Formats: sequence, C-alpha cells, structure tokens
Amino acid sequence: MADQRSMTIKGNMATAMGAKLCRPKVVPAYPITPSTLFPEKMSEFIADGELDAEMINVESEHSAMSACIGASATGVRTCTASASQGVALMHEMLFVASGMRLPIVMAVGNRALSAPINIWCDHQDTISSRDSGWLQFYAETNQEGLDLMINAFRIGEDNDVLLPAMVGIDAFVLTHTIEGVEVPAQEDVDDFLPPYEPPHGRLDPDEPSTFGSFGTPEYYQEFKQAQVEAMEGSREVIDRVFDEFEERFGRRYNKVTTYKCDDADIIILTMGSMTGTAREAVNRMREEGKKVGLAKLTVFRPFPYPELEEIMSGAKGLAVVDRNISPGGFGAVYSDLAGASINIEKKPLIKNFVTGLGGREIFVKNFVEIYEKTLAAVEAGEVKKPLEWINMNQEVMR
Amino acid sequence: MYEVRFHGRGGQGAVTAANTLADAAFREGKDVQAFPMFGVERRGAPVAAFTRIDTEPIDIKTQIYEPDVVVVLDTSLLDVVDVTEGLKPDGKIILNSAKDPGDFDYPGADVYTVDATKIAVDNGLGTETNPIVNTSILGAYSRVVGNVKLESLYDGIANNVPVKIENNKKAAKEAYEQTKGL
Repeated sequence: MADQRSMTIKGNMATAMGAKLCRPKVVPAYPITPSTLFPEKMSEFIADGELDAEMINVESEHSAMSACIGASATGVRTCTASASQGVALMHEMLFVASGMRLPIVMAVGNRALSAPINIWCDHQDTISSRDSGWLQFYAETNQEGLDLMINAFRIGEDNDVLLPAMVGIDAFVLTHTIEGVEVPAQEDVDDFLPPYEPPHGRLDPDEPSTFGSFGTPEYYQEFKQAQVEAMEGSREVIDRVFDEFEERFGRRYNKVTTYKCDDADIIILTMGSMTGTAREAVNRMREEGKKVGLAKLTVFRPFPYPELEEIMSGAKGLAVVDRNISPGGFGAVYSDLAGASINIEKKPLIKNFVTGLGGREIFVKNFVEIYEKTLAAVEAGEVKKPLEWINMNQEVMR
Repeated sequence: MYEVRFHGRGGQGAVTAANTLADAAFREGKDVQAFPMFGVERRGAPVAAFTRIDTEPIDIKTQIYEPDVVVVLDTSLLDVVDVTEGLKPDGKIILNSAKDPGDFDYPGADVYTVDATKIAVDNGLGTETNPIVNTSILGAYSRVVGNVKLESLYDGIANNVPVKIENNKKAAKEAYEQTKGL
C-alpha cells in the first residue's frame, strides 16, 4: 500500500475527497446547507484538472437526481450530494434510481426537515428515504465519511447488488468540523475499485434500448422482489468489501461495531456522530463499575438483523437512540429492531430514546440518563414507556 | 483534553484561527477537532470558533461549553459578548490589545495581551480598520498555552492560510515574542 496522506479536513471535504478518489465521470448537484462544500470542491477538482468529470449545475435537487439517473444509465460512475429539503425534493427520483438498479452514490449532510426551518443535525432526511431502495451508511467521523464513500461505490456496483447508496455525515458536527483524516493513495483506490462496468447494457444512441419502462401488474411485483433480493445479497458483499478494505487500508468497518458489550447488561445502540459521545459516556460509566456497552450502526439499509440479534442475545436491556421520529410511531432504528426481535425467544427489554433532533446536543449526561432509564426498566421487569424524549428544553416546554 | 474558544467578528478569521491551531497540533501527533459556532455567519457580527486538542483520541462530539482558554481577536466584543462564559476556573484569556493585562479585570482568570492588530498591519496583513489578526494571535496562544510549538503553527499556517504565508509566519513569531502577562 502506498502511504496515506494525513490532513485535517471538514466532513464535506472528506466525502468530496472520497468521491474524487473513486473517479466519478458525472457529478450533477444542487448546493444546499450543510453539504454545499461538496459540489464546490468537486467543481474545484474538475477545474484544477485533478478530476476528469462533467459537473452539471442543475436547477433543483429533483433535477440533480434525474441527471444522476441519466448519467448512470449511460454506464458511467455518478455521484452527488444533498441534504434535508434537497433529499426530500428528490424523493420521487430516488425510487427511480434504485428501481433502475443504478449504483449512484450520494453524500448527505444529515439535517432536519422543515417546519420549523432548521439547518442542523438530524437523521430525518435520509431516514425518510428509508424505503427508497438505497443502501444507507452513516459515519461517526470524517474518516468514516471518506472511507464509506469508497466502500459505497464498491458495494453498490457489485454485480450481485447494483443499488444506489447514501453516505450520511452529520450536519455541522461532521460537515463543518475539522478532524484528522488519512487520505488513501489514488493507486490503492484504483486497485480497490475497478472501473464501473454495468453488466446489463447501457444507454447508447448507437444501440438503442429501453430503461425504466412500464411495469404492469404481471411484472411489477417481481421487479420489487428482485430489488429486495439485491438488498439481501448486499449483506454478504458488504462484509466481503469491508474485509478487503481493512486488508488494504488498515481501517475496520462493520455493519454493527460493538464496544465493551461482552459482559454488558445494558447496551446503547447509536448511529452517526453521537456514537463518539456515547463511547465517552460508556467509558466514564465503566469506571464507576456499570456494566454498559455500546453498539454502533454503520449500515442502516440493509438493516443488520443477524448481527443485532447476536448482540441482543446477551444483554438484559437495549437502549435504541434515534435521531429521527415517525410521529405516531417510533424512531426508525427502534422500529426495525423491534420488528427483527419479535420472534427471538431470548431478547432484552428494548427502549426507544429520541433526541438530537434539529441540532439539539446529545451530552455525555444524556447517555448516562438513557442507561439509567433502561436499567430501571430491566429492574422493574417491564417497559412502561417504550418511547422517551431526552434532553428537552424545559423552558420551551412550559 | 484542552478546549479553546475564539471570539471574533465575521470576516476576521476566527474560524481559520481555530482550524490552523487544530492543524498545527495534528502535525504534532495530537488528535484534534475544530469547528465554527454551528449555524449562520455574517460579516461583522460576533462569531465564535472552537478547537479541541488531546494526546488521546477525541470521542466527544458536542460543542465546547467550558473552554480552558478564550482567545479574543477584537476587544470591541468585550462590551457585547461575555467572553468568560463557561471559562474553567483559572482559565486563560488572550486579548488582542495594545494595553497591559493589568488593565483588564477578570477575577479568577489569567489575562494575556498582544497587540496583534499592529503586528498584523506591520506585516501587511489587512488594514488598520480591517486587520487580519488570526495568525498573530496564534503566536500568542503558542507562547501562553505552550501545547503547540511555534514551528508547528508555521505548518498549520502553510496548510490553512491562503495568501502571504511568510508574512503570517513572521506575524505569529513576533506575537509570540511580544505577548504580555507571562
């Protein structure tokens, strides 16, 4: 392996550099806070001759995703970036991209949805695209943001997968924060990620063919099932690609990464940048002799049922922390986990904690509170309140 | 873990100061974070930026509420912003001022001053009315706090400051030498 370059960069720069190392050919994008730096940097790379690609400045995110679909269908590697209202505006086209099995990669600066207008960190934007058939990855750090971009192309383009992928980096906490990052050498990424060769043909004026056509009731359901099978098949591909990535670049990724879970009575399940603060909380609680562990979800789609089943088997209580909410329901991670665990015989009590919405901080003390509330449920032997809100502003509540 | 808060006005380079400090410490093998006050920034309005430095990996992802040191790029802010908010007991305050530390009254904090405006203008960094003082004040930071070497700051400047790199290095060195209150 060639030497990696150590730099201090923002999360947006990390995903942009990750994307650039993958040599995309087309980058259609519409800037939106907090991911604006991504298209800016991609434009710069192209203008400076560091990246041989076509930048398409479009008039909306709907158009950005439409252009991604057209470009990707011609058989070239395609990426974009967006956030919040932008992801919401392209919602319709997200389904078209996955239904046409186009392995587009999108970096998302995870941000709240209006109203009220809010530009800060929240997972509602990508969570609300949960059912669009895209692979979903969430980064804890800028390093993860960069690395997951490379992994996302490799996994999505695998012939057994052929699905688009989103890489989420938390608004401001990562997008606008400088951290130390190791940037892989171009030659190593070139070895790791071969050029994209679509196996089922491409849009070509010389050889006309139809893409994304009509699917009548006789066919539609089978197309959807094939998409689901691709998503299921991606589980093994993700493991294999993460293994290869570690072998080549020395950094380990898992669908779910556990920390001090072996003897833990209570496990806290997190996603995204909050994981760092949760780890700090676990360390402090461990010093006080509390048997608490941490599980970090890096892959949300496909939802890692088997891995989480294994983690759940040993614990007495599981605290699922969601940075999103389905009004009338629960947080998305909790819902999936509850669905996954319903037929498991030996499972912990599971509680859902919603916090961190719209940029609300999640402090170490909040994770301590989450631990204590889960422990209290375990000691009482029942979950009286499955959903609890954490770190509410009491002034506003009055 | 060492936590720093910069106060400035939009356009004065507080964010670049935070980034440059982080980069300098990173060059010394430390783990770092640097970030602006999350949200919107307007030219001339009070802004804050933050740097975290640790010899251990930094896990925590919250913003900084109890800094070890506060760096003030523009003392006209002192009437507008409580720069001591959350400052740890026995914390440090570094002010861009031609005055002496004794001219400021911050009980429980150690005050240091450096005339970063004069140093910046003398080195061709901005104008009297709009000086770019961020690299000068970092020289004072290096002297006062001592957890980032002046030489590392030079690297941080080279990586983060877009123009007049040598002038900025010289300004940092002069501020390092002229810091008062030690």
